[in-house]
Amino acid sequence: MPGSTRTKRVVTEVPSVVDKRFNAITMGAGISVLVLLLLVGAFLFIQSSNAISETGVLRFLTRTEWRTDVQPPAIGVMGLLTGTVLVAFVAVLFAVPLSVFCALAITEYSTARRRKWLIGVVDLLAAVPSLLFGLWGFLFLSDKMIPISTWLTQNLGFIPIFSTEQNASLTGSIFIAGVVVALMVLPIITSVTREVFSQTPPGEKEAALALGGTRWGMIRAVVLPYGRGGIIGGSMLGLGRALGETIAVALLLPQVPQQIGESIHILQNGGATVSGFIANRAGADAFTTSGLMAAGLVLFIITLATNMIASVVVSKSRSGAGVDL
Amino acid sequence: MTAIAERANPMSQNSTLVTERPAIGRATIIGGPPPGAATLEARGACAWFGDRLVLEGVDLVMPAGQVTALIGPSGCGKSTFLRLLNRMHELIPGAALDGEIFLDGTDIYATGTRAQQVRMRIGMVFQKPNPFPAMSIRENVLAGLKLARLKCDEKDDLVEQSLLRAGLWKEVRDRLDSAGGALSGGQQQRLCIARSLAVQPNVLLMDEPCSALDPTSTRRVEETIDELRGEVTVVIVTHNMQQANRVSDTCAFFLAAENQPGVVVEQGPTRKMFENPDDPRTLDYVEGRFG
Ligand SMILES: Nc1ncnc2c1ncn2[C@@H]1O[C@H](COP(=O)(O)OP(=O)(O)O)[C@@H](O)[C@H]1O
Ligand SMILES: [Mg+2]
Repeated sequence: MPGSTRTKRVVTEVPSVVDKRFNAITMGAGISVLVLLLLVGAFLFIQSSNAISETGVLRFLTRTEWRTDVQPPAIGVMGLLTGTVLVAFVAVLFAVPLSVFCALAITEYSTARRRKWLIGVVDLLAAVPSLLFGLWGFLFLSDKMIPISTWLTQNLGFIPIFSTEQNASLTGSIFIAGVVVALMVLPIITSVTREVFSQTPPGEKEAALALGGTRWGMIRAVVLPYGRGGIIGGSMLGLGRALGETIAVALLLPQVPQQIGESIHILQNGGATVSGFIANRAGADAFTTSGLMAAGLVLFIITLATNMIASVVVSKSRSGAGVDL
Repeated sequence: MTAIAERANPMSQNSTLVTERPAIGRATIIGGPPPGAATLEARGACAWFGDRLVLEGVDLVMPAGQVTALIGPSGCGKSTFLRLLNRMHELIPGAALDGEIFLDGTDIYATGTRAQQVRMRIGMVFQKPNPFPAMSIRENVLAGLKLARLKCDEKDDLVEQSLLRAGLWKEVRDRLDSAGGALSGGQQQRLCIARSLAVQPNVLLMDEPCSALDPTSTRRVEETIDELRGEVTVVIVTHNMQQANRVSDTCAFFLAAENQPGVVVEQGPTRKMFENPDDPRTLDYVEGRFG
């Protein structure tokens, strides 16, 4: 229509009062979580500044010793980090296969009733206080694991980290701590992988079965490839948890930082982790406390990074594969 | 196109069109289905979902090497019937059945018969193309071998033959290693047909294989079905009356009255079903007066 004037309008929905309020509440909750996280980080940073400025950032990060009885004190986080990472890896190594099978049992091999029941059991495992896991590992499992550790060192002892020294005690080892931590991270890995597995496109599953595949064949051809991102992401979330796990390792390990010249023996008594060490030394003099805060800050940053990478991997895996065409 | 139109007429079954194309070879699969098309016969087939009877007393013979079309309005149990034929029905929680399904004379539901064995011999193509997106085109075609644990020493031949049969070879021969999910919808569906054919089944079930496709792809799939005649027994569900008329030799009309289970109202040679069916409801349906 030539001559007629057009008026361009942008129409936006006016949110109702209820929506506005709800929006404000959810936004507030989200922001307060973020603020809390920042506050924790800032607190750790301020508290640790004394120890770090005295030691130097690079020194602190790379030194394995932790000695406050000399002047000037020589403290560093590397010996603790080594133990932390080792325990976490042992834990994830055990927990991932177990979790994947748990998740498959829930999503692929269960009737609706058994599925509910299994999910409940795994969630229950998550609800057990970690102190109980630690006590159980310390008082019960540690002894029971000796035959396994013995067998491992006898048969795999040629690999340096599986070797043990003469007459070394096989309780209170990184291996045992890792197994206990594995049980603690099992629920989180199971629930992430289960969630991803359950989103496998049903059409592809039916296609695999219709070709004459068994359920296991279908899982290998369809469910596991689809859920790969979820398995990786879930494992990393588990790793994040395992890195910070405290009570069990504080109870189990002697909390002696790994030294540079020493070889690593995961099957025998020894080792320390950041969190376990902090728990053991808490309440010491001001300088030690500041040093512990610095170690905590390092752990905080590492777990935060692990968790963030894990979240990205998981969120990408759901839609990323481009499955639904 | 004329080839298909002529094929649709069961009376001109002895046409010479089949010999126009060089015969596609048949790679040897160890442990695979016996060669050739097989007759499928349902006797008194009933199906339940929970307590709800959705299909009642279906007697239907799907002769070896022929194309049988299942027609009827939505919700009358065609898909359910199709899934009874290769034991996919039992995968749904709460699903139950009655009656017998004979594959060349043996009941596929006989005790001791494994569903995997049945499904290997009776392939299925779904409404929505469902290639395995993480696999290449070649891997997709060979997926059935892996899943059914069959051995084949001539895998390259098998891939070529299956894709040729599905009418996709020319389009993908140069990119067999690219992802199966990157093809167009019509190509994906033909890839799914090739994947089913690679196990060398005796029967191929198709549940509205063209309803998500464009007209050109639809024609291609129809040509494929036409070429499979004689080699494989085809059972196809379709809502497209022209399609049923074009591709099928025999036809079965399913209908479900309100809150009643689906039944087969009439069955017979396609030509008769479309030209002078016995039941007035069949005529109404094929002429598009309801459904
Ligand atoms: N998985 C299911 N669970 C419960 N009811 C179903 C399921 N699939 C189909 N039905 C019901 O069975 C009836 C037949 O469905 P279907 O065989 O899919 O019909 P058609 O393929 O002829 O459209 C419908 O009434 C439908 O609601
Ligand atoms: Mg249907």
